Amino acid sequence: MSSTGTMTKVFARPKSLTDKQFTYCPGCDHGLITRILAGAIDKLGVQERTVFVAPVGCAVFAYEWFRCDGVQASHGRAAAVATGIKRANPDLIVISYQGDGDLAAIGTAETIHAANRGEPITVIFVNNQIYGMTGGQMAPTTLAGQRATSCPEGRDVRTMGHPLPVAEMIATLGAPAYVTRQSLHDPKHIVQATKAVEKALRYQVEGTGYSLVEILATCPTGWKMSPTAAHKHVADVVMGAFPVGDLIDRG
Amino acid sequence: MAERQLMTGNEAMAEAAIRAGCRTYFGYPITPQNEILEYMATHLPKVGGAFLQAESEVAAINMCYGAAAAGVRTMTSSSSPGVSLKMEGISYLAGADLPCVILNVARGGPGLGNIAPAQGDYFQATKGGGHGDYRLIVLGPSTVQEAAELAALAFDLSDQYRVPTMLLADGMLGQMMEPVSLPEPRAGADRPAKPWALTGAKGRNPNYVASFALEPTVLRDLNLKRHARYKEIEAREVRWEEVATEDAEILVVAYGTMGRIAKTVVRQARNQGVKAGLLRPITLWPFPYAPIRALAERVTAVLTVELSAGQMWEDVRLAVEGRTPTPFYGEMGGVVPTPSEILEEVLRHV
Repeated sequence: MSSTGTMTKVFARPKSLTDKQFTYCPGCDHGLITRILAGAIDKLGVQERTVFVAPVGCAVFAYEWFRCDGVQASHGRAAAVATGIKRANPDLIVISYQGDGDLAAIGTAETIHAANRGEPITVIFVNNQIYGMTGGQMAPTTLAGQRATSCPEGRDVRTMGHPLPVAEMIATLGAPAYVTRQSLHDPKHIVQATKAVEKALRYQVEGTGYSLVEILATCPTGWKMSPTAAHKHVADVVMGAFPVGDLIDRG
Repeated sequence: MAERQLMTGNEAMAEAAIRAGCRTYFGYPITPQNEILEYMATHLPKVGGAFLQAESEVAAINMCYGAAAAGVRTMTSSSSPGVSLKMEGISYLAGADLPCVILNVARGGPGLGNIAPAQGDYFQATKGGGHGDYRLIVLGPSTVQEAAELAALAFDLSDQYRVPTMLLADGMLGQMMEPVSLPEPRAGADRPAKPWALTGAKGRNPNYVASFALEPTVLRDLNLKRHARYKEIEAREVRWEEVATEDAEILVVAYGTMGRIAKTVVRQARNQGVKAGLLRPITLWPFPYAPIRALAERVTAVLTVELSAGQMWEDVRLAVEGRTPTPFYGEMGGVVPTPSEILEEVLRHV
């Protein structure tokens, strides 16, 4: 028996990533999301006109990881910074990458209003229900009863509010072109999330409008779980509070 | 010669900004500067620029941060309480070495204060306001004509040194109407190139705009480089006006609206045989320490008059360094003294 076929490369580091090593904790989903996004930039061939808006928090160095122009925004202001870039130069593809504290607490106003204006930007919203970088405090998305360093007895919704349903809130607005929530806990969902990120970016390239991809991500360090247990927790618990799927698709 | 028009200070600054090549404006309504926002809404789109009324002052300054990073001339305007909200963004602009023009048509404070003219934002403008070791170039116009000229200059200085630049006006100047010869519109060809701008990494390595440097020695070195630029600005860009200082026996120091009132006072004092002179700082940072120090050597007093409790007075005293007495006269809360009230003060110190 002999094989006459040629070798085909089916998996490689996306061209839109630099050689710099990520600073994420082992097992954290940020690395996967960063890679998916870089793959989407490659696929759409927009690396040379993309500006990446890096957040505060765990992805703060993101502007060094993408082989794209990048800017670092202050806590919560990424949507406003992205608006300024896009209004200054509408030919640029502007991607804002934000965590739940950034996007859904300190930056709620900027988030809602950029979406409501239909700014033609792409927002990647990493929802891991905790403040990772600062050591595991409660986020707006922390689940009811979930423990964090600033709610050591668990989140009491009577005094701390309910988990903020960002995708649902944005989906009530008239302007957004695409609003979806995705998960990364198994290969099937990873494939779906990859397609969603590609679509969100494609809508910007085609001029369809504002898009937001909320991605349920794990924080094994903050959750004090193994990466495997963390993914099981997403499937068993988190998806109950934050159901996945498209909420708006006006493409 | 440019045609003279009757305009408010707010309108003149807005039009001068457009003529200086400002192509993105982001702002939020607050009295007494709403005419700037409204003027930009009407006129900026006509020259292909982008106007946006932001959801807050915080968002507006961060939109400026994005537009500046993209390499486009950008401006925001506000009044005192709104400028306080912008301070986070201003610190980030300074930390990322981005050019941006900020107009502060200041009002009475602290807090909500009132909408009358005041100079209580001097500390905030010239000494920081936001966090960290940074400086703004701060210009203090005293007439509508000068407001228009300094608005144009602000864009050039901000681009040249990559330092956010503030026009510190006040409600009086913003609202008053005067004849003004507007600066001619200028092409962009004479402006400094912006090879650092975010234009898409086509055919070059990516550009990054950030104020983040985790390693202490790296951040220190970035700050040292920035402060070397500040030294250059201090050496080259100090601007001031002197009125009747040649033989002055008493020197008045005042800026902005108080500066124009003080000009009248000096004339009235001279009519009464009192040799008064005026030094009016035009750049509040860099501050004209050296010319004040030189004059302090030969006058019997340096009187600071200000619409504050004595904020610029601290810089005047730093300049004088005990060479001569440094009395102070100030008003607050939006109260603007009459020339005769200040004249009385001048006569007291002769």
